[in-house]
Amino acid sequence: MHWLFEPGLFANHSVRTALLVGAIVAVVSAVVGIFTVLRGQSFAGHALTDVATAGGAGAFLAGVAPLVGFVGGGVLGAGAMDVIGVQRVKGRDIATGVVLGAATGLAALFLYLSTTQSSATGTTQLILFGSIFTVQSSTLPEVVGLGLVVLVTVAVIGRPLLLSSLSTELASARGVRLRALGLIFMVILAVSVGLSAIIIGSILSTALLIGPPASALKLVRRFGAGVVLAVFLGVGATLLGIVLAYDSYYWFASHRGLPVSFFVVCVVVVEFVLSSVAQSWRRRRVPASPRAAVVGNPVGWH
Amino acid sequence: MTNAWISGTIVAVLAGAVGFFVVLRGASFPAHAIPNGAFAGAAGANLLGLNPLVGLVSFAIMAALGIGATSRRTRNDVATALSLVLMLALGAAFLTLSTQYEPAINALLFGEILGVSSSEILPVVLLGALCLVVLVLLFRPLVFTSVAPELAEAKGINATLIETIFLVVLALSTALTVPVVGALLTFSLMIGPPAAARLFSSRPSRAVALSVALALVTVWLSIAGSYTFNLPIGFFVGTLGAVLFLGARLWGALRSRRQRLVIA
Amino acid sequence: MALEHLDAAGSELLRVEDVDVAIDGREILRDVNFRIDHGEFTGLIGANGSGKTTLFRVILGLQTPAHGRVSVHGEPLHRSNRSVGYVPQKVLFDPDMPIRARDLVALGIDGNRYGLLRRSRADRLAVEEMLEAVDAQEFADRKVGGLSGGEQQRVLVAHALVSQPELLLLDEPLANLDPGSAQEIIALLHKVARQQHVAIFMSAHEMNPLLPVMDRVVYVANGRVASGTTDEVVRPDVLSALYGHHVDVLRVHGRVLVVAGLESDESPSPADHPEFVVE
Repeated sequence: MHWLFEPGLFANHSVRTALLVGAIVAVVSAVVGIFTVLRGQSFAGHALTDVATAGGAGAFLAGVAPLVGFVGGGVLGAGAMDVIGVQRVKGRDIATGVVLGAATGLAALFLYLSTTQSSATGTTQLILFGSIFTVQSSTLPEVVGLGLVVLVTVAVIGRPLLLSSLSTELASARGVRLRALGLIFMVILAVSVGLSAIIIGSILSTALLIGPPASALKLVRRFGAGVVLAVFLGVGATLLGIVLAYDSYYWFASHRGLPVSFFVVCVVVVEFVLSSVAQSWRRRRVPASPRAAVVGNPVGWH
Repeated sequence: MTNAWISGTIVAVLAGAVGFFVVLRGASFPAHAIPNGAFAGAAGANLLGLNPLVGLVSFAIMAALGIGATSRRTRNDVATALSLVLMLALGAAFLTLSTQYEPAINALLFGEILGVSSSEILPVVLLGALCLVVLVLLFRPLVFTSVAPELAEAKGINATLIETIFLVVLALSTALTVPVVGALLTFSLMIGPPAAARLFSSRPSRAVALSVALALVTVWLSIAGSYTFNLPIGFFVGTLGAVLFLGARLWGALRSRRQRLVIA
Repeated sequence: MALEHLDAAGSELLRVEDVDVAIDGREILRDVNFRIDHGEFTGLIGANGSGKTTLFRVILGLQTPAHGRVSVHGEPLHRSNRSVGYVPQKVLFDPDMPIRARDLVALGIDGNRYGLLRRSRADRLAVEEMLEAVDAQEFADRKVGGLSGGEQQRVLVAHALVSQPELLLLDEPLANLDPGSAQEIIALLHKVARQQHVAIFMSAHEMNPLLPVMDRVVYVANGRVASGTTDEVVRPDVLSALYGHHVDVLRVHGRVLVVAGLESDESPSPADHPEFVVE
């Protein structure tokens, strides 16, 4: 195992903090992510990362903790997207893309200003691609706190959320308030994306949000099992990513390590590919029953 | 500085024209993914010491053809998002390994007013002209296959071929746009002005012209703003794109309300 | 819930009074009046686009009528009335959705409840019983996305019935079914309705498959509604008044055919035109 755990890995304080923060954030991402994938809102999640970027960059510029910026920006973005009508299916991509563009533009502005105004270098690297090794252990309580808030909220709204993800008709027939639920979920999504921006950077946090849950869904039959597997895969990818990033400092003569986010994304993609292969392998062995033929578009409402 | 205006103009015309079809065909994903691929290509070229244009064009075309090949099977939201992100991560890794991290990454992601050097102007102009010629020649089949693909097929138009050509044109346009406005804002330039144009006119020829006009306005104002205030060009592109789109939406909403009042 | 009203069979469950419905300024239905009693099997017959789904939405409380009122047990209904269950026409399930048929039925009990309470033993038993009632035990543990159309439909019925509503609305359950399968689902609904003491209100654009089981018909045409027994409603005079032009009613070996009437000037008024009866 020596090749995997380079010298000083566990002795290093920032690495230990990184592992802990990473694990917590991965759990939150996986739980929120499984609903994101089931609701087909991967693109909205991706758009929120751009808003979180602007928030994080702005926070850096203002000298405020990045976490505040990431989460705050994301929540504002969620509200804006709801107003613009992200929940309506028609025109959703365009509206999301526009918000994304404006937010990215803002991020460009903030990042530029922070590089010129302060002597800090590498801001872009930190905001976009993660700063987990520089996370202070003093932010640990905030991360845990926010994470708990998200998890508890998901637990409370979980069943109506699941039902509405299955079928908006069935849910509204049962009196579930779709619009309010959708908004709450958007906000939760924004907070989760903001949290994971710390480890994996805002641009890449989508990967941790939707990768592990999507991989898990290809392998399980029951929802509960899906959540557990998603958490396992997400935490695994994060921890492995951190370890590999630390190790990478030793790989190159120039002693420039590769970012954590790069490794996490790679592991997530590998997980996804492997689970897709496993799924098609399984399908070939067990032929499915004749599926319901879709005749035209179902009559329904959203 | 003239380089900035020349390349900016070409890029704006291309983005406005290609973007019109992106919006019409609902090709949000390719328009989103190809710039990220181009970013990785430019970063890779940077690492290897090659001309960035080579990296941009090659990776963009690979990404486009890859999307074309796989999108004919299932369209999977998650697979597309992951590939988008993977290319960004790859680009970031390439840049980390090179020595010019900070300036290069900002320029590639958010645009650089002097993004196109004098030695590259000629290839940019030629490639841009090529794309425009193709778009003009294929205008009607493109519109037809975007709006009613089955009818187009019935008329003997090879929709798959048209799609492939479109993706290649999109890739080339992206490769030219990324150095100027940045990989993260290319998408915005390609959908903001066209989406706004569509809200004003639904006739294809008029909408395309309007889309190009709006894109030109966006890029010119962005270059001017970037030069005057010494701020990244991407900031102006993103903000103006959003302003255009929301303005068009607002105008459309006000107009329909006035119409309803007239009838009632 | 349903069992409490066992002895109230025949008493009024749902009343729709003087209801007008408009969507985006366009009038869909006007002067809708009918009632449904406990345990009745009622058909909502009308062509596509005649307003059947809209009427269901009004009963479910998802659409406010422009005029009139809907009451359940004599009380005005509020949204998410626990007495009314709903089976939509077709639900497209993602094949990757990790929900088994059994889970979907269980969500019929608590799908709208907030909080993280575990399902009680009683609830799980209720799910089991309902799966049995609709003959879904074979595929209870398969993902809903992988079921055939007929299997999905039975699961949706179980999902709607497990919370013990008194009225079950079904939106075009027979659409896209061959006559044999249509008969099967009607027989199943009839059986389950008796067992669970549920009134059935089912929409269709073809009334013949329902004739053997229908107690009452609500006929929608031209934005207007006529209700009563089949004999009362499916008559040339009633339907002609509804449609606003002359229609004939043909009965062929116990089945009914409603056809547009003759165009000639000499066509007699609906009131004295006899039915054609073919034995």
